[in-house]
Amino acid sequence: MIKLFSFTKMHSYNWYFAFGCIMLVGASCQEEKVDFNTQVRPILNKNCISCHGGVKQSGGFGLIFRENALGETKNGKIGIVPGHPEKSEMIARITHENEEMRMPLERDPLKPEEIETITKWIEQGAEWQEHWAYIKPEEPEVPAINNSDWAKNEIDHFISEKLQSHNLTPSGRAAKEDLVRRVYLDLIGLPPTLDQVEAFVNDNSTDSFEKVVDQLLASPQYGEHWASMWLDLARYADSKGYEADRGRQIWKYRDWVIKAFNQNMPFDQFTVEQLAGDLLPDPSIDNLVATAFHRNTLNNGEGGTDNEEYRISSVIDRVNNTWEVWQSTTMSCVQCHSHPYDPIRHEEYYTSMAFFNNTSDWDVPSEHPILRELKEEDENKLDEIKEWIAGRSSDKVGNKWERFVRIGEPKLRPEDFDKVENVVHYNRAGQDYMQVHKGALIKIKNVSLNNVDRIYFNYKQSGKDEGTLVIRIDSLDGTIIGKTPLVKTNGFTNLPIAITGGTKTADLYFQFDSKSKDYSCSIDGFLLGEKLPGEKNEEYKEVYADIDEMLNAPAKNTTPVMVEKSKAHSRSTNVFVRGNWMVKADQVSSDIPKLLNDEDKEFADRLDLAKWLVSDQNPLTGRVMVNRFWAKLFGRGIVLTVEDFGTLGDYPSHPELLDWLALRFSGEWDWNVKKLLKTIVTSATYQQTAVISQEAKEKDPNNKWLSRSPRTRLSAEQIRDQALAVSGLLSDKMYGPSVMPYQPEGVWTVVYSNEAWETSENEDAYRRGLYTYMRRSSPYPSFITFDAASREFCLSRRINTNTPLQALVTLNDPVYFEAARNLAKQILPLEGDKKAKVETAYQKVMGKLPDPSKTDILVKLLDNTEEYYSEHVEEAREIAKSDSLELASLTVMANALMNMDEFIVKN
Amino acid sequence: MDLYNEARKTKLEYTTRRHFLKKCTTGLGGIALASLMGPQNVFGKSLEEKMLSDTLPHFYPKAKRVIYLHMAGAPSQLELFDYKPKLKELHDLDCPKSLLEGKKFAFIQGTPTMLGPQHEFKQYGQSGAYISDVLPHFSTIVDDVAIVKSMHTDEFNHAPAQLFLQTGSPRAGRPSIGAWVTYGLGSENENLPGYMVLVSGGKTPSAGKNAWGSGFLPSEYQGVQCRNSGDPILYVSNPDGMSRNIRRESLDAINAINQKQYEEFGDKEIMSRISQYEMAFKMQISVPDAMDITKEPDYIREMYGAEPGKASFANNCLLARRLVEQGVRFIQLYDWGWDMHGNFEGGSVNKGLKDKCDQVDKPMTALIKDLKQRGLLDDTLVVWGGEFGRTPMRENRGGVVMPFYGRDHHTEAFTIWMAGGGIKGGLSYGETDEIGYYGIKDRVHVHDLQATMLHQLGLDHEKFTYQFQGRDFRLTDVHGHVVKDLLA
Repeated sequence: MIKLFSFTKMHSYNWYFAFGCIMLVGASCQEEKVDFNTQVRPILNKNCISCHGGVKQSGGFGLIFRENALGETKNGKIGIVPGHPEKSEMIARITHENEEMRMPLERDPLKPEEIETITKWIEQGAEWQEHWAYIKPEEPEVPAINNSDWAKNEIDHFISEKLQSHNLTPSGRAAKEDLVRRVYLDLIGLPPTLDQVEAFVNDNSTDSFEKVVDQLLASPQYGEHWASMWLDLARYADSKGYEADRGRQIWKYRDWVIKAFNQNMPFDQFTVEQLAGDLLPDPSIDNLVATAFHRNTLNNGEGGTDNEEYRISSVIDRVNNTWEVWQSTTMSCVQCHSHPYDPIRHEEYYTSMAFFNNTSDWDVPSEHPILRELKEEDENKLDEIKEWIAGRSSDKVGNKWERFVRIGEPKLRPEDFDKVENVVHYNRAGQDYMQVHKGALIKIKNVSLNNVDRIYFNYKQSGKDEGTLVIRIDSLDGTIIGKTPLVKTNGFTNLPIAITGGTKTADLYFQFDSKSKDYSCSIDGFLLGEKLPGEKNEEYKEVYADIDEMLNAPAKNTTPVMVEKSKAHSRSTNVFVRGNWMVKADQVSSDIPKLLNDEDKEFADRLDLAKWLVSDQNPLTGRVMVNRFWAKLFGRGIVLTVEDFGTLGDYPSHPELLDWLALRFSGEWDWNVKKLLKTIVTSATYQQTAVISQEAKEKDPNNKWLSRSPRTRLSAEQIRDQALAVSGLLSDKMYGPSVMPYQPEGVWTVVYSNEAWETSENEDAYRRGLYTYMRRSSPYPSFITFDAASREFCLSRRINTNTPLQALVTLNDPVYFEAARNLAKQILPLEGDKKAKVETAYQKVMGKLPDPSKTDILVKLLDNTEEYYSEHVEEAREIAKSDSLELASLTVMANALMNMDEFIVKN
Repeated sequence: MDLYNEARKTKLEYTTRRHFLKKCTTGLGGIALASLMGPQNVFGKSLEEKMLSDTLPHFYPKAKRVIYLHMAGAPSQLELFDYKPKLKELHDLDCPKSLLEGKKFAFIQGTPTMLGPQHEFKQYGQSGAYISDVLPHFSTIVDDVAIVKSMHTDEFNHAPAQLFLQTGSPRAGRPSIGAWVTYGLGSENENLPGYMVLVSGGKTPSAGKNAWGSGFLPSEYQGVQCRNSGDPILYVSNPDGMSRNIRRESLDAINAINQKQYEEFGDKEIMSRISQYEMAFKMQISVPDAMDITKEPDYIREMYGAEPGKASFANNCLLARRLVEQGVRFIQLYDWGWDMHGNFEGGSVNKGLKDKCDQVDKPMTALIKDLKQRGLLDDTLVVWGGEFGRTPMRENRGGVVMPFYGRDHHTEAFTIWMAGGGIKGGLSYGETDEIGYYGIKDRVHVHDLQATMLHQLGLDHEKFTYQFQGRDFRLTDVHGHVVKDLLA
């Protein structure tokens, strides 16, 4: 081996020497190994890949997969012959004298040093290396630095090293008043009160900042703030989307996210519960609520829509979303063809899709399966039932029955029916039922009757004629295992049918009959009920009756959840030709792309997928998540393209820091989010001042190297929350249905929908922004103006803009003006002159005393307005909604304060 | 990054900020561009993205601005433009199986009957275009417009079809054409948004605000909806009791404080904020002014049939002309209520359709004439149409005969018309078969229309891209051809 290696090396050295001289491109004759990722790939990406990629392979030559690049091209030549640049068509073409033959076509030729690099790389064997993000992170060495008195933790070592290499120096610590406001806004999304600022400013202990951080991480507002980041990724909204955009109850999921952050749920658990909570052994109700993550997809109930088309559309969104959120990988490219830039093949989209294609939800108005919370007395009854069952068996069995009652699954529905006669299936748009007539027949294959005691028939009958339903097994005239009369119902009802004698897996025949030839009813499906334990108990029948009652009890609220279809009635997944769901090719089973599954392991279901995402085997999740949190704090990620770590994404500014944090987060910190955030905010890097030095302005205008703290505009929700907070209006009420604070008339004029914006009263009008009712087709106006997401799809980063419409919001939106008036009211009764009042008002808003020059500006504003209002008393009354002229001018001043740049930005 | 992007980026690096600003002071877009370039700009890509505006248009534009008149709900081409005497003969006969097999309709089930045209047609103008009796005004301008009878689309439900038409994709979340255009070309005025939307007919279109959303483009490019009552643009007016004097005083204070802040922190974004506040102050005057049709002489209002204070398509047409004069780049009018299924009289292709035509015929005609007499039609592209067509069959929802004459949604053939902006006048383009079911000559797909519109604005729909989630997106996805025959 060694011998061979040295031979190759020698051989190549000699050859290279000769070739380099022939090329006359000034090649230096060093024999350092060319690194594909840092040296070759950037040249290929820049110059070649748009024509020779994974989709477009001009001349039959593509550079995504090695075997492709090494293969024969259309003209019979070989693009790359490892070890032999002189035989490689690629080299011939990039150095060709004839412009019409030379690559890249119609562009400047590659630079001599680029040609040299490629030549050398081919000569050294043209070895491919995966893109950095697909290689597992390795423990980086924490750099030694010479300003270690500045550094507070390892982060600062990585940052400082880069600063030094760019001849930059870190900035000093921010003023304490600014720092405390910054960390409040970053960790809980709200500014500190004056008392909180003062407590920190006056605390001279060495760990004063750490104490504040700990306190904030323990605050319930922490979860609310970070939930709003996650809800952008989860595309959470209170409506279903599309035409009528009707309401959807899914706020319990929002509350689950808040609680998960507040409890500091480890991120691996956070992942598994949301993606596959329903597949966990004995899942709790919370586990099920978590799965609503992927029920935030749009639902189209418009007349004439095909439910299957929009079901698939949702499944596709779940695939794209999962890959973007956890892997920052642009899987959506692969839906129609192989990835143009990353080594992922077309079929692999559908192996990913197979994980998500087997849940029983469908694009129907009821949004089943839904988790029901019952009215209080029914909840008590359900508790009793559960307890009774647990007492006769185990807690686990009790839980299982609770889930059965709350969700009503597993249900066999029309898509599972094998054969039907005399029925009409209404399954378009707003319809979702099967109409059965006299003589109707439904056959369902392969139903496991093991331990099945009754079948609940979910149906609705509006006519008075009586019908009968007979259930047979094996054949049309097989043994009857159940039978029931059918009568008029009050809406859809679960009718229990006792099953006798069925123990095996059998084909079931449901036969409908009636004396009336006009008989009909509408059916939703058949729910299979297991045998209730405790048969010998005297209360047995009573409990059974209670269960039947609870199955039909009205829900207090509902949450759509994920439920996996049974094996016998699972869906198959096929490759869609060019992404078209109507044109199906080969059937595939669930798997993850080869690129990331080098061990060829098997992945059976969503639970396997979720566990893999947070396993040691995954190179991306730790980095992706660390980067998301970092980006939220610093306004830019270590990888700038938070949503794309692929070939087309940006290279990390601090790759070793990213890996160091990712390995800590997924390793010794056990996915502890609070620990991660604390480590970042207690770094010296985070605590720098935001003042831009002349040096930094020239050398680091975009603050890529973090020689100062970024100044970042607050988010849409933060801007409103802050205005309400500093004016004393903000409610601290948590959780529950979304609220409708004041919004102007006429914002909601959606077709085919009677839903109205009903302005919330009392404290509900002043809740934090994340509780505001989010209707996709008509989001809360000021949020959208300040770049909030409209939540149709996953949004990894909001793009901050700066527009006059934003100025109009903070100047004139009644919410903001009311906040100004309320702040003014608190200033009005205070003792002191205008200067004192200005200072107090400014302090309430910014947590510190204003610079004297700003005080002067504001005092002048008060003087001028006061003078004006003394001559325009009516206007003053309108502004102040009172007779106090002073309140009017104070309101104008407070409104100005809330429009200062420093107020809507964190320094 | 390919060389094109690389070159733009390199070019940018050599371009000083001052120079860049100078080149981009084209109103809203321009100033906001500046803001995106400040030191706190965290979105590296935006640099090269923004360079786009420096390299656009791709070629000389024929149209500087667009007015899109979207008849939400989809009017029947068979009662308005696409004259089919044969269909009249087939009236009430069962639809042949061949037209139904393998086809999907929104509501038609079983075997519907054929429905003959419910209004009379005559020929007009030098071009001799057939126009229905319910469009008496429009029939006077047929020589100024190109009527495209062979439009087709992929979507037969309103929301997806409207999104498809306006964003190039049937799923919500892509930028609308107006957002693309203002992103690419900026605005031509300093006091108004570059992309404005006016809605009539009592409802917003089925696709909701997504129809004028900015999708993955920065939110400043979303269409700004002007409201029919209250503030024309949300929050444009001062709170009660806040006079313009006091607003000026307070803005002076805000700006002075922001100036101090800039002196301390050196963040150029602060300077940008000062200019945004100044623009907001200007908009407080310019928006209500532009939206005030009482400023128009009586004869002009009469020409459109506009009545101040009413929420009508007529008022919106007049406003569109006013906004065009102010240099607004892209104006969309949505008029709701064209979905004539025959389920009630107002929803019939007889009375219902005629009522709707009475509301739009005069104003849309006036708009073309008024633009023309002001010399604005040459560089203003006007497009009129719905999101799909209607079936030659009578709708029989659920297999049941409907109480009135109505038609179901139809993707295979519909009619739009275009005028101005370098489009040939007096042209009838494309043909459908003798019952108007299917385009048989010169079919124009929705993506072709989009490509053609962009082309008239000087934008090559294949080169005009935006990178998002690792992929270059286009308005026309990977489809679309410019319909050269439509160009003057």
